[in-house]
Amino acid sequence: MAVVDHSAELARAGANVRGWTGSLLFFVRRYPLGAIGAVIMAAFVLTALFADQISTFDPFTTNARISLARPGGEHILGADFMGRDVFARIVYGARISLAVSVGATVLGCLIGVTIGLMSGFFGGWFDLIVQRLMDIMQSLPLLVMALVMAASLGPSLTNTIIAIAIPLVPNVARIIRSNTLSLREMPFVEAARAIGMSETRIAVVHVLPNTLAPLIVLATAQLGSAILVESSLAFLGLGVPEPHPSWGRMLSESAAEYVRTAPWLVIFPGIAISAVVFGTNLFGDAIRDILDPRQRM
Amino acid sequence: MSAQAALGAEGRTPATQPAEVVLEVDDLQTYFFTRGGLVKAVDGVSFAVPRGATLAIVGESGCGKSVTALSLMRLVADPPGRIVGGSIRLDGVDLLQLDDQAMREIRGNRISMVFQEPMTSLNPVMTIGRQISEALMLHQKMSQKAALARAVEMLQLVGIPEPKQRVKEYPHQLSGGMRQRAMIAMALACNPKVLICDEPTSALDVTIQAQILDLIAKLQRELGTAVILITHDLGVVAETAERVIVMYAGRKVEEATVGDLFARPRHPYTRGLMNSIPRLALMRQERGPAVERLQEIPGIVPALVNLPEACIFAPRCAFADDKCRGQYPPYEQKSPGHWAACWHSDRIAEKADG
Repeated sequence: MAVVDHSAELARAGANVRGWTGSLLFFVRRYPLGAIGAVIMAAFVLTALFADQISTFDPFTTNARISLARPGGEHILGADFMGRDVFARIVYGARISLAVSVGATVLGCLIGVTIGLMSGFFGGWFDLIVQRLMDIMQSLPLLVMALVMAASLGPSLTNTIIAIAIPLVPNVARIIRSNTLSLREMPFVEAARAIGMSETRIAVVHVLPNTLAPLIVLATAQLGSAILVESSLAFLGLGVPEPHPSWGRMLSESAAEYVRTAPWLVIFPGIAISAVVFGTNLFGDAIRDILDPRQRM
Repeated sequence: MSAQAALGAEGRTPATQPAEVVLEVDDLQTYFFTRGGLVKAVDGVSFAVPRGATLAIVGESGCGKSVTALSLMRLVADPPGRIVGGSIRLDGVDLLQLDDQAMREIRGNRISMVFQEPMTSLNPVMTIGRQISEALMLHQKMSQKAALARAVEMLQLVGIPEPKQRVKEYPHQLSGGMRQRAMIAMALACNPKVLICDEPTSALDVTIQAQILDLIAKLQRELGTAVILITHDLGVVAETAERVIVMYAGRKVEEATVGDLFARPRHPYTRGLMNSIPRLALMRQERGPAVERLQEIPGIVPALVNLPEACIFAPRCAFADDKCRGQYPPYEQKSPGHWAACWHSDRIAEKADG
């Protein structure tokens, strides 16, 4: 039998992790994929925040002389048909994508969690009616529903966020409700009643935190898919309107006409979208592992 | 009536020095309205607990002792259950007359409860300290910081080592015995008048059981809390309680001081419970195989739906005759402070003597 190296085993378990930087290094070693995800997301957020410092060009300025300029040289990722710098548009597009993905996910989760918690914990007629409504919403494909919403609300950033958030609600509500249904029968809920907590407070303080682990996984996955849905909406001409540089719109404008002649117009926004979606998913999985106290020994 | 009986347990003369009765339950009736019919889970149970005393409620699974406990807290799920009659007076205030808000202010503050399962009775995603603080912040309007400091004190009080460290830990980081200690700390945080322990040691291993019972007894002495101990384990009763109620099929069948009950049980069910305690001396002789088989009570607790007029225990009772099968025996005082509901209580007591 192999001799167990105690100090190495302890180090692996994180026994001698000290301080903030120590914790960070431990996280990187323990969850390398999560760390990659975190780096991608950090890059994404920082790009969005400091877009004007990162890009030397203005994403809105057109310049006919550099129309369809190749990548390299002054315009490192080239320029589109209107002569706008692709790098600048991708950098500024991060803002739109961040606003849409975070906005839609947060909005959808807030509504979904409230509905799911109320219907799971209190049940009764509220549960019955709301869940049938959720059934109806879930029977429509997410994209089609977002499409209908976007079309009826009209194109704007806020409306795009709402259009993407609403189809998210039933998924979140379902997950929270099903968890709540089993949690409300747990003895600790009865114990909370026995110390005199009100039902609402039990729902928020005791039940809700127990449902968060699956919600976080869902929410991080939704961050990515919100970007995808926005891209799809933009592709169909319903997303965030011109002249805002949306990654999806950049793809959709160029895909049909320029995919052969100027492929950089398609490739670079595509890479941006996939990288961010990939990053959020990796990060989400790691976060789930970390936030679940049952796994934190 | 039972208040006086309880006073007798204190060994004082009721006329001269009445011990202060904290909790007085009179003719409590908790019924369940189910598809299968009416279930009288608690049917006319009365008792009184003086300050600082311990009352044990004993019985098999399904005899209504846990529903009695939940009724005291008014935590019986409605539907299907409902308290349909009687009164529960805590310091003279009838809990059954209070509205929900007033009842919430009582729970965990003046009357609290320790549950059977320490594994699942604590919220897995909340620190121990936070869970103990909840009650304090709720009832005594303490700040989070003050409540947490008090939680540390409470953990110290219930004998958890390194309490400062433990308040920051999660339930899964504690052993079963430690979790039950934390539960007790939680229940006692607001210094309640009455502590209901519903099978507090059933889920723990035997060595820990004794520790937890000792702890409850010690805290009871220090804090003057009245304890209602619900258990199926007569060994636990003998160690801790002063007075015992034996329940069968939702009704009280016998009530006496611990000494009296063990010396002269007056109900065949109580006798049966005692005979089913394993005793090493009986089970194993020096040489050879076991000489006496452990006795069990034949049969099971009947379903509580649509009970007959007869004595409910009659089908399982060796003493039963036609009288038992015809009419439910009255619950009456058979000797000072010793009550029972049995037609043949004298014969049974004699047998115990012999």
